[in-house]
Amino acid sequence: LTCITNSKKKNSHSDSTHPTAILIQKWYRFTMARLEMRRRYSLSIFQSIEYADEQDQLQVCDLPFFLFNYTAVNNTFLFAVAGNQGYRKLNCSPAKKFEKKIAVPDSYYGPRLSFPLTVEDANALLHAFRNEQLLHARYVLQLLSETRRVLKEMPNITHLSTSYSKEITVCGDLHGNLDDLLLIFYKNGLPSEQNPYVFNGDFVDRGKNSMEILIILFILGVGQEISEYILQDHWKQILSLLRDVFSWLPLATIIDSKVLILHGGISDTTDLDFLNALERNKVRDHIHVRVIFQHVAGKIQHISASGFTEPSGSNLPPDPALKEWKQILDILWSDPRSQNGCTPNKCRGGGCYFGPDVTAKLFERYNLKMLIRSHEFKPEGYEISHDGKVITIFSASNYYEEGSNRGAYIKLNPELTPRFVQYQVSKLTRRVGTIESSALKSLREKIYAHRSELISAFAQYDTNGTGRISVNDWAAAMESVLQLELPWRMLRSQLAQMNPDGEVDFMSCFYDLKMGQPIKEAQPALAETLCRYRKDLEIIFNIIDKDHSGLISLEEFSQTWRLFTSHLGIDIQDDSIDKLVLSIDYNKDGHIDFNEFLEAFHVVHRLEKKATS
Amino acid sequence: MAAREEKGEDALVAEIEKKITETFEVFDRESNKTVDVREIGCIVRALGCFPTEAEVQKLLEQIEVEEPGGFVHLEHFLPVMTKVLLDKRFQPIPEDVILHAFEALDENKCGYITKDDLVKHLTQGGEPFTQEEMEDMLAVALDPETDILHYRDYRIKLVVDETKTFPFNG
Repeated sequence: LTCITNSKKKNSHSDSTHPTAILIQKWYRFTMARLEMRRRYSLSIFQSIEYADEQDQLQVCDLPFFLFNYTAVNNTFLFAVAGNQGYRKLNCSPAKKFEKKIAVPDSYYGPRLSFPLTVEDANALLHAFRNEQLLHARYVLQLLSETRRVLKEMPNITHLSTSYSKEITVCGDLHGNLDDLLLIFYKNGLPSEQNPYVFNGDFVDRGKNSMEILIILFILGVGQEISEYILQDHWKQILSLLRDVFSWLPLATIIDSKVLILHGGISDTTDLDFLNALERNKVRDHIHVRVIFQHVAGKIQHISASGFTEPSGSNLPPDPALKEWKQILDILWSDPRSQNGCTPNKCRGGGCYFGPDVTAKLFERYNLKMLIRSHEFKPEGYEISHDGKVITIFSASNYYEEGSNRGAYIKLNPELTPRFVQYQVSKLTRRVGTIESSALKSLREKIYAHRSELISAFAQYDTNGTGRISVNDWAAAMESVLQLELPWRMLRSQLAQMNPDGEVDFMSCFYDLKMGQPIKEAQPALAETLCRYRKDLEIIFNIIDKDHSGLISLEEFSQTWRLFTSHLGIDIQDDSIDKLVLSIDYNKDGHIDFNEFLEAFHVVHRLEKKATS
Repeated sequence: MAAREEKGEDALVAEIEKKITETFEVFDRESNKTVDVREIGCIVRALGCFPTEAEVQKLLEQIEVEEPGGFVHLEHFLPVMTKVLLDKRFQPIPEDVILHAFEALDENKCGYITKDDLVKHLTQGGEPFTQEEMEDMLAVALDPETDILHYRDYRIKLVVDETKTFPFNG
């Protein structure tokens, strides 16, 4: 009470508008807090859905015909690399064989590279890239080939020292955000011997079906839109070479023997000596085989919602390669938490949650001072945990949506004190409305995709068959089916209607939701299933479409779909698939344009404005 | 009669506690039932209350803050906040009162306030804005070409946004 009296006294002999100033301030702070809350829950929605999808994708891995290599390209470049070894080493045996085999036509006006690369070449590439010019396939292949050669010579764990340069810069996940990378180079300078960089994984976006963005890394390998200058052959070569290059990326970096940099985190069994000794380029082959066993166990665990655990000895063969695989999975997928201990990471379906005690033990064993990792979205671009020992760095600004978050990078000086630089590439900061509607759109898709399960869950609470249940019951049902750990009561007004008695009309969740293009012949259950597994289907279609034409035959589609649904234990009648397939072949030429097909299964809300194409 | 009333009150308290918990968890970064003490003001406002900064500080005095690091645990926050909501403290400011507040700053009664006046009043009087708060408000509220706040429009824009997506609304 004294507090308020004092301020009143102070105000009485100042401008008479001060009492109103406090009203405006009070109201403004209220409004800002509410915006902040909406922003937070929107980000929660994005993150929960993303993690749920990650788990699904891990499960798709064990389909027998599924090439793990393809997943590796899209999903698991979670390796750290030291990016400054570049120019000097590219000084002998340039990839001459590509020069002989692939001619660059005179009409090509993009950058022309000569090997060994120089700073001028690097600048030309960046310049071309900023201006959205194309890079010829031959140069891409040469660059990748050179990169692989350089990477092969590097150990699994790279050691850097700050004695050669003033500062080392560490960047986190970029997720294919070229703009962020260019911004970082603009603010911080290009990589060089005097300005070394470490890029800590997740360079390329998940789930993209065309290799359109190859991020600048290694030396300054350029990622670009590759279209008219690529012949079909080159695509395959590039893809294959790229997979190889990624398999050679080092696993971790250590600076001054004190700072450990890796992508995900650690576990209580992390063994750096073991990691340093294994053959990293071979691990992906091991993973392909191992995934089949592990994910049989993993899937059962997932269904019973008891989390992802180590396989018990009884149903899996003992295998030394399993240790390799677990060690790598741990460093790629683990997340730090503030509780002590090391528990399975149920969000990710791989790796673990590690507490401050696990960190402390590792530090003691290897005489370390700091762990820098990425792998987790952070609204401010970075976060410090475990009492300053663990830093998470996330460099993809506006990751979920324009204005969703800042990106950041770390500058490490010879005293190994970190300095953080934050940025956000868009001028449209804090556009909460956009972020929120985008998040809700994703959430509504999820709701639609689980419609049948949700309806039975609701029905269990609706003992009188009135179609209405309490808010509590509605929230409980939503969480039990979707398992996204979201603030359902807060979101309720956006998702379902309530009557004046305070009860939720649960079927209203599904009003106004429909498929983008009506598929006349499809059963509702089929449509729902296709919606839920749209992302997985996308991956599989891309494998089948070997010539990257965007078309698959009706036969291929039917077979794939049957395999897929039987593998997942979904019961769909044969003739409904046939009808569906025929209705999708719009021009009746026996082929499906699967991009059009996938588009058809985007869920649209009645009130959403149609995107102008 | 008393028993039924009590049951009604219990149900109300349970509802309130669930709302508080949900809002708290949105701000709980690590999902371990704690939030940074600096977020408490935000959480109280997110629950629909209109406190001044001084009132938030007073509230914090009743809640145990764990050191080091300045964290507040849900179990300490819950009883205090439940009482606030039951007592209906920190009621919202009616629209017309906000309007009058702006009008009071508009000395010439011309329907707008200049950037300089706005900055002067809000960074020097009442519970002054920080520089960041002032910049944020200017970025949203000012007409970029004239550097003027047409307060009727701004007020309406923000109020409409808020009431449209008022969580826990009936």
